[in-house]
Amino acid sequence: MNLDFTPEQIAFREEVRAFIAENYPDSLKSKLADSEELGKEDYLAWHRILAKKGWVAPGWPKEYGGPGWSTVERFIFADECAKADTMMILPFGINMVGPVIYTFGTPEQKARFLPRILSGDDWWCQGYSEPGAGSDLASLRTKAERQGDHYIVNGQKTWTTLAQHADWGFFLVRTDPDAKMQEGISFLLIDMKSPGITVRPIITLGGEHEVNEVFLDNVKVPVENRIFHENKGWTCAKFLLAHERTGIAGVARSKRGIEKLKQIAKTEQANDRPLIEDPFFRRKIAELEMDLTALEYTELRVLANEQAGKGPGPESSLLKIKGTEVQQRITELVLEAVGHYGAPYFRGFPQDGDNIYPIGPDYAHQAAPRYFNMRKTSIYGGSNEIQRNIIAKMVLGL
Amino acid sequence: MNFEYTEEQTLLRNTLSRYFADAYDFEARRKMTGSDAGRDAGVWTAMAEELGILGAAFSEEQGGLGGGALENMLIMEEFGKALAVEPYLSTVVVAGGFLKRSKSAAAEGMIEQLISGEAIVAFAYAEPTGRYDLAAVKTEAKASGGGYTISGQKSVVAGAPWATHFVVTAKTAKGVAAFLVEAGAKGISMRSYPTVDGGTAAEVQFDNVSVGADALLTAEDGIAEIELVVDEATVAACAEAVGCLHQLHAQTMEYAKERKQFGRAIADFQVLQHRMVDMFMEVEQAVSMTLMATLKLGEDAKARAAAVSLAKAKVGHACKFVGENAIQIHGGMGMTDELAVGHYFKRATILEGLFGSIDHHLARYEKLSF
Ligand SMILES: Cc1cc2nc3c(=O)[nH]c(=O)nc-3n(C[C@H](O)[C@H](O)[C@H](O)COP(=O)(O)OP(=O)(O)OC[C@H]3O[C@@H](n4cnc5c(N)ncnc54)[C@H](O)[C@@H]3O)c2cc1C
Ligand SMILES: Cc1cc2nc3c(=O)[nH]c(=O)nc-3n(C[C@H](O)[C@H](O)[C@H](O)COP(=O)(O)OP(=O)(O)OC[C@H]3O[C@@H](n4cnc5c(N)ncnc54)[C@H](O)[C@@H]3O)c2cc1C
Repeated sequence: MNLDFTPEQIAFREEVRAFIAENYPDSLKSKLADSEELGKEDYLAWHRILAKKGWVAPGWPKEYGGPGWSTVERFIFADECAKADTMMILPFGINMVGPVIYTFGTPEQKARFLPRILSGDDWWCQGYSEPGAGSDLASLRTKAERQGDHYIVNGQKTWTTLAQHADWGFFLVRTDPDAKMQEGISFLLIDMKSPGITVRPIITLGGEHEVNEVFLDNVKVPVENRIFHENKGWTCAKFLLAHERTGIAGVARSKRGIEKLKQIAKTEQANDRPLIEDPFFRRKIAELEMDLTALEYTELRVLANEQAGKGPGPESSLLKIKGTEVQQRITELVLEAVGHYGAPYFRGFPQDGDNIYPIGPDYAHQAAPRYFNMRKTSIYGGSNEIQRNIIAKMVLGL
Repeated sequence: MNFEYTEEQTLLRNTLSRYFADAYDFEARRKMTGSDAGRDAGVWTAMAEELGILGAAFSEEQGGLGGGALENMLIMEEFGKALAVEPYLSTVVVAGGFLKRSKSAAAEGMIEQLISGEAIVAFAYAEPTGRYDLAAVKTEAKASGGGYTISGQKSVVAGAPWATHFVVTAKTAKGVAAFLVEAGAKGISMRSYPTVDGGTAAEVQFDNVSVGADALLTAEDGIAEIELVVDEATVAACAEAVGCLHQLHAQTMEYAKERKQFGRAIADFQVLQHRMVDMFMEVEQAVSMTLMATLKLGEDAKARAAAVSLAKAKVGHACKFVGENAIQIHGGMGMTDELAVGHYFKRATILEGLFGSIDHHLARYEKLSF
């Protein structure tokens, strides 16, 4: 057991770094990758570049188009992307529905959907939550009635992230109203352009249009778009959630976030000294680094388990809880660091040619909206309370 | 010892609370803050004329109703409950605080204008690099021709676009002092913008603004007076936070009792019950600390400052804890712009940093008391 990288891994790191340096589009760099409201093409530009290289789905098996990397290589790749502040790859296709399709789908489904997920030709959204079914996901009521070779779907989903751009959605629907809660659910892939689908925006605390309500009114869905068996969708649903949670930990991004925080604290002045020299503030950053390091090595252990063929289990809940807490804490400290300049509010970001410029230093104007927005991370993907319930039950046997 | 409010104080609170309930509900507020002006000027007029509350904290000789810090506390608490954006804090608490004590000729008549609602004052004290240290001021007031010329930049001046006057802190030959300057004076320019909590603020540039000798509100070395007034304002901000905190807690309890998951109200889950109990304890302690600091505003500088810093740190902590948990317990609904709870959270977040963060005040307390 050791923590050193092999010469091959070091060479791999160099290769990744060089690729990013040469290929990451300048147009995205100028947009401050993670703090601006982005358009569909912004989200997809980097996805497409990585897809061409065969690197867009690090976790996928080689036979379906993954790069065949070891967990260490995946870790290095994520780290390099974070260091270079590259755009996040949206998880809905790559990290969520993709693995469900290659694990539970038919050969036809794999052939039809997987290549388009990789290429970015299809944008996916996740239709799980409903107004009455949040933490209690299994109580969902959107129903799908079989009529010959179609399902007729009626109901309402909510909090559907970026559905305004989506070509496809994966939906949990109730196919057997009489069965026990978890047993009458099916996993359907629905073309978002189907007649009967309406997408309505929900504006969140930071002023973003990120989530939506999705109404389904007599939407016709071919039976061939169902993944796995009828009424056995819960199996896929849970498998997907475990993958979703691991993705949420975001260690590499948080490392980069702390680096940026330190940079800000060096620039900001408090009592005519750089804020970084303030012992209170230093201590808080140190504690944050401690938490992040503990998370990082825990994630490495979970990944090693996965490498050994044990898929992410309930312990991924730990990564979700701790990962989101660290992410939130970073945004808290950034907001604290910018002092008064956290207050001005600028929706979006000045475009080239605009003559409005933000108030205060350029890292400040998104500090508060980002802090507000990041409260979501302990709520979505199964709230942190629910994750603790899962650990209590599944891991500790309480 | 007596923690009871007088009849007048209770009446004041009830009047204001009723007014806000009628004229300043969440939807009305949304309209006001979303308008170009960022507020409805009629509210200020109503406060002056209909309610007559702008004089509550001034003595009778000054044309007021004879109150002081306790009245400010009551009023600010109601502001917090209603999320009111009107510039009471800068106009009455800060500017009023200086004017009450000032012997300057410029002060004469000003209090009357404050009480009648004619004058609105913004407090221009923060600077790009000064952070929370009131003495770290780069704006200069140079003596010239019997008066002063003021030059410098002030940042995130709340309510600046509405102001008829500014109280500006600036460095004189002897130290830092506060000046009263008309907003229309030559050499003042500003760039205004909304703030994340629904308010309006501006970057204000003072470019060789000349004022007479009577614009000086404090001594030329006036840091002690500035600290006193800012301590009063800090406690008032605590009181506003207390109003927000009450709402955050009450709305969360209400939501938790109604929202059903797993076939029961989420308020039935013990982990949330305990969280709401912890929130309750934070709110109650914030109330206690605000009251304590309000009652100690009259003590000597050191005791007063120590009390204020302890209170602000504790209230700041409550803002964070109660605010974050209110959002968390509301689940996805807490993240929406539509529900009031998010707006209370945002205001609480800004109040947490106003006049100094938790760290700033703990450090100040340490310096004063060890
Ligand atoms: C920004 C954002 C994006 C999202 N994106 C998507 C998406 O793309 N697709 C999708 O399907 N969903 C999405 N969601 C929905 C998300 O998964 C739900 O919000 C989440 O599951 C919580 O459900 P809820 O909001 O209904 O809260 P509730 O379930 O009503 O929970 C409210 C509070 O009660 C607590 N609680 C509930 N049950 C228990 C219990 N048993 N024990 C202890 N505490 C409990 C919760 O932890 C929470 O604090 C998104 C949410 C947000 C905020
Ligand atoms: C120093 C000391 C002095 C004491 N003095 C007195 C005394 O003067 N008079 C007297 O009558 N008793 C006294 N006690 C006893 C004390 O009241 C009990 O120990 C206490 O009520 C916990 O009960 P328990 O030990 O049976 O633990 P349990 O009830 O078995 O609890 C074990 C753990 O589970 C937690 N727990 C239990 N139920 C819940 C729940 N519903 N929700 C969340 N957590 C829960 C508890 O908080 C605790 O952490 C004393 C105890 C100590 C340690």
